[in-house]
Amino acid sequence: MNIQIKNSVTRASALSRRSLLKAGAGLAIGVYIAKNGKAYAQGAPAAAQVNITPNTFLIIKPDNTVTVLCKHIEMGQGPFTGMATLVAEELDADWAQMRADHAPSNPVLYKNLLFGVQGTGGSSAIANSYEQMRKVGAAAREMLVAAAAAEWNVPAAEITVENGVMKHPSGKEGRFGAFAEKANQLPVPADPKLKDPSQFKLIGKEGVVKRLDSAEKTNGTAEYTLDISEPDMLTAVIARPPQFGATVASFDASAAKALPGVVDVKQVPTGVAVYAKGFWPAKMGRDALKITWDDSKAEKRGTQQLLNEFRGLSKTAGKAVKTEGDVEAEVAKPGGRIIEAEFVFPYLAHAPMEPLNAFIHWQGDTVTSRYGSQFPTPDQAAIAKILGVPMDKVSLKTIFAGGSFGRRAQQTVHVAAELAEVAKAMGPGKPIKLVWTREDDMRGGYYRPFSVHRMRGVVRDGKIQAWSDTIVGQSIMKGSPFEAMTFKDGLDSTAYEGSNEIPYDVANFKCDMHQVEVGVPVLWWRSVGHTHTGYAVEAFVDELLEAAGKDPVEGRLELMSKKPRHAGVLRAVAELADWKNAKLEEGRARGVAVVESFGTFVAQVVELSMTKEGPKVHKVWCAVDCGIAVNPDIIRAQMEGGIGFGLGHILYADVPMEDGRVVPGNFDAYRSLRINEMPAIEVTVVKSTEKPSGVGEPGVPPIGPAVANALAKLGQVRPRQLPIVPGASA
Amino acid sequence: MAAFVLKINGGEHRVDVDPQTPLLWAIRDGAGLMGTKYGCGVAQCGACTVHVDGQPMRSCSLPVSAVGTSEITTIEGVKSREAKAVQKAWVALDVPQCGYCQSGQVMSATSLLELNPKPTDEDIDLAMNGNICRCATYVRIRAAIHDAAKSLEG
Repeated sequence: MNIQIKNSVTRASALSRRSLLKAGAGLAIGVYIAKNGKAYAQGAPAAAQVNITPNTFLIIKPDNTVTVLCKHIEMGQGPFTGMATLVAEELDADWAQMRADHAPSNPVLYKNLLFGVQGTGGSSAIANSYEQMRKVGAAAREMLVAAAAAEWNVPAAEITVENGVMKHPSGKEGRFGAFAEKANQLPVPADPKLKDPSQFKLIGKEGVVKRLDSAEKTNGTAEYTLDISEPDMLTAVIARPPQFGATVASFDASAAKALPGVVDVKQVPTGVAVYAKGFWPAKMGRDALKITWDDSKAEKRGTQQLLNEFRGLSKTAGKAVKTEGDVEAEVAKPGGRIIEAEFVFPYLAHAPMEPLNAFIHWQGDTVTSRYGSQFPTPDQAAIAKILGVPMDKVSLKTIFAGGSFGRRAQQTVHVAAELAEVAKAMGPGKPIKLVWTREDDMRGGYYRPFSVHRMRGVVRDGKIQAWSDTIVGQSIMKGSPFEAMTFKDGLDSTAYEGSNEIPYDVANFKCDMHQVEVGVPVLWWRSVGHTHTGYAVEAFVDELLEAAGKDPVEGRLELMSKKPRHAGVLRAVAELADWKNAKLEEGRARGVAVVESFGTFVAQVVELSMTKEGPKVHKVWCAVDCGIAVNPDIIRAQMEGGIGFGLGHILYADVPMEDGRVVPGNFDAYRSLRINEMPAIEVTVVKSTEKPSGVGEPGVPPIGPAVANALAKLGQVRPRQLPIVPGASA
Repeated sequence: MAAFVLKINGGEHRVDVDPQTPLLWAIRDGAGLMGTKYGCGVAQCGACTVHVDGQPMRSCSLPVSAVGTSEITTIEGVKSREAKAVQKAWVALDVPQCGYCQSGQVMSATSLLELNPKPTDEDIDLAMNGNICRCATYVRIRAAIHDAAKSLEG
């Protein structure tokens, strides 16, 4: 055993860093254990250091702290804790020694295994990392044990590891920090042995894992992009056109330049940038600009006009997405009840608490950038291209984002491009922080698409005989690098996902779509297509089941013969809420909905009453099946947050436009859910041995239709046009 | 531009800014204290909440020239018994998600407990509904305030 380890050491020494990098590049796993922690102590590894710290996922310091470099952005959804849990489980670390930081930008080392580039989205962090990060932990464990075995001169197999302590029956024991340097000389095991799930001590366990970022996010020390400050840094605020597609015709910056603190004013492709010493002078300077806009290519339609156009289109057949049986024949048969419903979904802003922003320092040959980017690789490439430097000379350090909900994952890389253009216009040498105001963020586009669903159903003999759904909406992905991945037969699948595959057995089925062009930029918004398809399908099936005389839960279950996981969460939530037997207070009603998104199944029951101001949701019960549950408490937190986020939007949120101008600019007109409107929530995580899937988005879709279905129980029409409380925005 | 001497967290900070500059930006870009956040600029979201002479205020909507000699406390300097209990409960329940609004939430919750050691749910609604959390961590904020209140008993 000893000899083998010595041989291993010799072999390892023969490998140069460069060849390790090459070898590691093709593998999904890799471990770098810092020799003395200095590299990390000086800050996160810069781009230059990546070349000499191959496959960096793990840094073990002499003080026994184990830092996991998280390839996914921590924007609240919990990957710092999630990745660290996976590593710590296989490493047999003590949770108290675990830390996390963002990985630097490197598409080879830190790619999302589902995307092929470094990026976070589609609730994929745990799903794509589950095995990879466990292997990182398992490999590190083997290397540390081998190092201890060599030092103690004992067989590695006799060493046990528990809570971060390696022990040998002879009485020898030690912690990771003391062996990190020696372990680092060993080759990385290609296929380290993973635990059987029955041996898990952290994954799926209650109360043993706490979020790694709670303390710094409670005492004000967590650093966000807005908090970046460097000597001689300028803050840039940009005046952008009031209509999408308009451009600068001419501008007068004399008043802006005369203001104290304003350093310069430059035209950039997205508008006119004011550079100043600090945010306030930059904003005052921006407000003092006199700009004439060229609106000849601008989108000038308002949302009412769009609605009229969409509504007209929805009455004609779109391009077929899926057809089964013969809906028309079923409609023509006598004796059936034909039910029709039109659902209208408004544009929605993501409005993360931290408005968009980014930091850049172009030093001529190199670029240093820091901000909360969901897509570091495409952003890095955009910056490199605009500033004319090779991509490997662009360091993009991801930092905490103050929320995102999809907004910081930009298929058009528009913020990265604007950031680089702002630097380019100023010339190299100046650190610059680009800041969007709340109004810039709210009126800056990239919304959840406006869409219309026209549904038709036939109920006969107590059964849903036919179902059709005609969707009118914009494509999110058209013209983006994701088009090839998401388009099918010329249609953007993210616009109809959830409508084409309903979980119910209906023999005659049709889903078709009109993909329309509108000059308003749109983007994925927490749960993407499911934000509207989940509502349309679940409100409509409830209406059809009501017409068929069925109970909302039992009726759904009867139609779920091919959908055991949908049925599983539905049964679980019905039991949790005591659906069958619960006695409700006067004036209260319950509704249910179940939606699968991103491979995760969520069912919710709401209990509400009606007030003069609109629906008051008292309580929500939620059952989630996300496969193996890695961090149960984070899953619960994401369900709670998803419910609150979804509820606020279906009740209040709307981004109306008049003549192409966005009406709401801030939270006074774009109403956000507040604490007094937040229901009590009870979550159950369904036990599963399926592979893990995400939880960042799937909590959102069911809440809207569950509310609609409860309102129906109070004798109201299920809301056909969102938001439910009209006029809350604008 | 004008020079103002602000009393922040027991120390004095000289900031040289336009008199209309909101206190928020004097605290952040002037005094360099970054824990207090910008979320809306119009006193709608509460991310910028600080204590001015012990009272919770939206620093984004208070001109620096109106502050005078008032004592300003930010998240970096809040040290009362109530503040410590709030922060401890926040961590124990893993309240934060993105965390960006939480400085403001902690400042508002601390003020609430300083005035009302045993708040009801309705008291919490009234005191906290000026603080938006887009992650909707409200269930845990409410629970953490109750836990903090409990920990301060006796």
